[in-house]
Amino acid sequence: MDPVHLHFDIDGSDFTAAGEASSEVKRVLRRLGFDGEIIRRCAICMYEGEINMVIHASGGRAEVYIDSSSIVMELVDMGPGIPDIDLAMQEGYSTASQDIRELGFGAGMGLPNMKKYSDEMKIESEVGKGTAIYMRINA
Amino acid sequence: MRISEVRDILQAEILCGEHMLDLEVKSACGADLMSDVLAFVKDQSVLLTGLINPQVIRTAEMMDMRCIVFVRGKFPDAQIVEMAKEKDIVLMHTKLRMYTACGRLYSAGLIGMECV
Repeated sequence: MDPVHLHFDIDGSDFTAAGEASSEVKRVLRRLGFDGEIIRRCAICMYEGEINMVIHASGGRAEVYIDSSSIVMELVDMGPGIPDIDLAMQEGYSTASQDIRELGFGAGMGLPNMKKYSDEMKIESEVGKGTAIYMRINA
Repeated sequence: MRISEVRDILQAEILCGEHMLDLEVKSACGADLMSDVLAFVKDQSVLLTGLINPQVIRTAEMMDMRCIVFVRGKFPDAQIVEMAKEKDIVLMHTKLRMYTACGRLYSAGLIGMECV
């Protein structure tokens, strides 16, 4: 298959719209004929990333690169950054507000989930500058 | 179990997806925390929840779930119902509490996921 590149601008002001990019990635992967379990893992990683960008960083952008061997998702925001990445990776650790928790998120499972469902995950973050997340899922 | 049986057992009202009531569902989970659904659910096709917002539909979509049951008489707004229609997800609501609704379905043979 020819490589596919998808670009998304994630709107940080609209919680309702969060997940639209993930939905589109899922649709494209299905159209390209990827295995259902691979598609679901990509959808979860992308969705957790999108939710995080909306909750914590006022949005950002996502680049998705698809070819027959892997799906790579790069999520970049200009939010507050993560002071302690090891701490943020711990299950149950969250800095989300009570408002976000009432919406069903902010349980401190987002980053651990992204790691769990991807084959490789890297985080680069600088306080005050933003965060970049790289995730690869082998097809 | 067919989705129509889920409706009957829970004395639920269908909000959208009437054309999919003959679909077979094999297992279910109950959660108000969508983070947990994303973290722990695998191959569950019914989500029971008391949470009402568009991200419930989105979460079900990501997890390939076919049916959402709103418990405790919770009623989603038109935007949420519209979104479920687009995603081909059956929505229903029941006045039963979460524990009772899950218990009835489990007793009727709709299992959950074993601990991992």
